[in-house]
Amino acid sequence: MKHTISIHVENEFGMLTRIAGLFSARGYQIDTLNVAPTLVPGVSRMTLTTHGNDHVIEQILQQTRKLIKVRKVNDMTASPHVEREMVMLTVNAHQGEQRQEVLSLVEIFRARVVDVSEDAFILELTGNAEKVEAFIGLLKPIGILDIVRTGPVAMTRVAAVRAQQLADEEEEFSELTLNEKV
Amino acid sequence: MKMRGARILLEALRCEGVKHVFGYPGGAVLHIYDEIVQTSEELGITHYLVRHEQGSLFAAAGYSQSTGQTGVALVTSGPGGTNAVTGIANAFMDSIPVVVFTGQVPTHLIGNDAFQEADLTGITRSCTKHNYLVKKVEDLAPTIKEAFYVASSGRPGPVLVDLPKDVTAQVCDFSYPETIELESYKPQVYGNPKHVRRAVQAMIEAERPVLYIGGGAIAAGAEQEVLRLAERLNLPTTCTLMGLGGFPANHPLSLGMLGMHGGYWTNMAVNNCDLLISIGARFDDRVTGKLSEFATGAKFIHVDIDPSCIGKNVRCDYPVVGDARTVGRQMLQELEAQLADGAKITSRDAWHAQIAEWRRQHPFDFKEDGDVIKPQYVIHELRRITGGRAYVSADVGQHQMWTAQLYGFDQPRQWLNSGGLGAMGYGFPAAIGAQVAHPGELCVAVVGDGGFQMSLNELATVKQYNIPVKILLINNGYLGMVRQWQEQFYEHRYSHSDMEVAPDFVRLAEAYGVPALRATRRDEVTHTLEKGLNIPGPVLIEMQVAREENVFPIVPAGAALKDMILA
Repeated sequence: MKHTISIHVENEFGMLTRIAGLFSARGYQIDTLNVAPTLVPGVSRMTLTTHGNDHVIEQILQQTRKLIKVRKVNDMTASPHVEREMVMLTVNAHQGEQRQEVLSLVEIFRARVVDVSEDAFILELTGNAEKVEAFIGLLKPIGILDIVRTGPVAMTRVAAVRAQQLADEEEEFSELTLNEKV
Repeated sequence: MKMRGARILLEALRCEGVKHVFGYPGGAVLHIYDEIVQTSEELGITHYLVRHEQGSLFAAAGYSQSTGQTGVALVTSGPGGTNAVTGIANAFMDSIPVVVFTGQVPTHLIGNDAFQEADLTGITRSCTKHNYLVKKVEDLAPTIKEAFYVASSGRPGPVLVDLPKDVTAQVCDFSYPETIELESYKPQVYGNPKHVRRAVQAMIEAERPVLYIGGGAIAAGAEQEVLRLAERLNLPTTCTLMGLGGFPANHPLSLGMLGMHGGYWTNMAVNNCDLLISIGARFDDRVTGKLSEFATGAKFIHVDIDPSCIGKNVRCDYPVVGDARTVGRQMLQELEAQLADGAKITSRDAWHAQIAEWRRQHPFDFKEDGDVIKPQYVIHELRRITGGRAYVSADVGQHQMWTAQLYGFDQPRQWLNSGGLGAMGYGFPAAIGAQVAHPGELCVAVVGDGGFQMSLNELATVKQYNIPVKILLINNGYLGMVRQWQEQFYEHRYSHSDMEVAPDFVRLAEAYGVPALRATRRDEVTHTLEKGLNIPGPVLIEMQVAREENVFPIVPAGAALKDMILA
């Protein structure tokens, strides 16, 4: 099953290779990866997607937490969250019907045209993976000349964050990462 | 006070209480060595020149394993660092706190393929707990503070600090941080009381419990807690290879070592228990054998400071994340509380009787063969003559297993070996480290002829500093464990395991100025051992043993514990 994992890291020399190295050394997959600064100086947030059974995902979380300069690791998939990725595409847009068809897809998907030339557009779309895939699928017959995707970034829904904060206050050992066993 | 980086390094070591450093100089660490020759005596730090960088790491490991203190190694850039990698990986696998300082080319040359340049932080990223490249002298003292803290706290491990040559020459004010707190690293020491309560309840109620002690219990200094738990709850107790000495071998509740070369009774007890209580062990494949058939009727309590170890190999019914000693104390308190509330410990008499019966059926055994020296007999005699009180390191292979099975370690930190990595060449330099840490004690390096030839260059080290390590060489002329597997699992096809050419070890040691003795007949063993162990200074004692002796029992790779081969 696909999981989206958020990792807050101290943004020092070689941090990305520490994460990537851990994944390759232990045979985990990185499907997509996104890194950018947070509001805290020196701390970056990585969002990566991976897949595996529950056991593998649990090990990924624990092994990643173990890295000294990792501050926080969350499996976003475990709670309600919003996921978005951005795609940019250069597509054929020759004068006439083709150009109109592209523009109507842009409208339907609430994408944007960010660059125009005589025979091509650069389009920008933000959405979840399914939406992005659907958009790409419809543009393929028209002719995609180039494509770049960011991979998803994710954020826990506000209500879920509040609920978690409440639970943490009740549970004395909020840092404890193991699932409660009955 | 202003001082150059090299001096800051030594001052920081003094602040960390470091007394001994094992190292090897080279171009990139010349400033440091220049400082060592001038000030180390004043700072109370003694540097030991090893003869290969790998030896510095193994010595630092032996030093640490025998004391619990953090070991320190110092090597140069490039090949110095790459030579050290095996030793670093060994410390990583066995969770040994070691700080290794490596030289690096000057910062302006990094990345230029400079002479003796290697990307040491890159190379060691996957075999260190953490590593650092110090880019300016102002960062040096705080980095060293952090390195020692990270190496020795939580689940211990090796930390590498890479020091570009110019950084060790730059000057800045020295002040050493007194405390340290890392936002991103806070080992959980105290166990969740709810988890402790449930685990203790299971321990009280189990009918066929086994307590299973790993190296983590020794690292945490939890031997007293382990002993009290075992005695209070009447728990048969087994130790892993790394955990030997964590529970006294001579205790009536001791089951000895489990796993691939564990006792028949031990593995039968583990496989048939209804509760396996693991403290500081990690369910390694050499312990469990085939996982799907491992202790299938048991519930598992797993106490570990590293949450990633819990549930990694076996499902866990009662996880407790925390330091083994702290959790051990919590468990003892919780136990008394539950007993005061009227809980009754289930009788384990039938279970103990069953285990005793298994032990009676198949004790450790070997057949004597006339004048031929059996290696097991040598270990038996070593135990007898030393009263079980020596610090004993082993190299890797058959002799390591015989020592683990037969020496009988009653104290923690007495037994040193390369358990996780299984690095040949470890035994002799590790004993040097232990001996430096314990100058008045008897330190014996039990080595095979294969592994000894990977680090015999350290004979010069023991001679130079008169380090009185006793090298007990179990010479069978084979890579014995490889040969045994080829015999048992590859139809006797001995592929490159026969060391057809070997030096005359006695003359070799003498060439280094180290006295040496040899026994070739069984009736010479006791006398030779006694004589050798009593010669002051370093000694090599060679035992020419039966060539094709096998270690039994053995659980074949990938087989279930119950399918062990007994003889």
